[in-house]
Amino acid sequence: MQFKYDLEGGNFSRAGHASSEVKKILKQLNVDARIIKRIVVALYEGEVNVVAHAHKGVVMVDIDEKRIYIRIEDEGPGIPDINLAMQEGFSTASASVREMGFGAGMGLPNIKKNTDQLNIESEVGKGTVLEMTTMISS
Amino acid sequence: MKISEIVDVLNARVVCGSDKLNTEVRYAFASDLMSDVLTLDTENLMLVTGLANLQVIRTAEMADIFCVVFVRDKKATPEMKKIAEENNIVILESPYSMFRAVSVLHDCGLQPVY
Repeated sequence: MQFKYDLEGGNFSRAGHASSEVKKILKQLNVDARIIKRIVVALYEGEVNVVAHAHKGVVMVDIDEKRIYIRIEDEGPGIPDINLAMQEGFSTASASVREMGFGAGMGLPNIKKNTDQLNIESEVGKGTVLEMTTMISS
Repeated sequence: MKISEIVDVLNARVVCGSDKLNTEVRYAFASDLMSDVLTLDTENLMLVTGLANLQVIRTAEMADIFCVVFVRDKKATPEMKKIAEENNIVILESPYSMFRAVSVLHDCGLQPVY
């Protein structure tokens, strides 16, 4: 099963839309609630990152019996130092993002915590690609 | 403690989820920072916050938080109410400060996450 969702930079009212849809799908597939929570928290953090930092992005989701693969691709400033961005507390978020309750430098570390496999590739001035894979059944 | 008791002790208004007031709550977390809320693994959790925007409800949805209390008399918008209703989330509005609300809830036996 494959799904695709568009993300709009700066539009906080839409942030969480893709995560909400994926949560509904995983519930229908009777995936364990704790696993669903890990997946949608990671995806939601990723959505918020795109809305907070990028111009636009796309979420691609592929689900089979064993695992869910999520690819979040954005057009934006990119991440100059991924190791630094992975450190808890490091943030480049604007004041307006912080007013929304985010930008504490917890996003990427929390995505890593909530996925079985995470790959990040980024090019400064171009954009970032996050690939997250999580097992949904043993 | 039951959500109905929380409504009483916080002098709160039920914005949505009035059919779920018999639900028991065990843990509470108080924060205006959704980044921190999203790091929690706790089940049976209620959120107490003074931040009133749509992302608070989205955070509750993703983190399986079934009750959100807005303190300092912050109000939920119609869109927040709509998304909360779709996801079976109870929204309460309390006129109390965060400190007062948390003190009262702690005295009534709600447990901290850490």
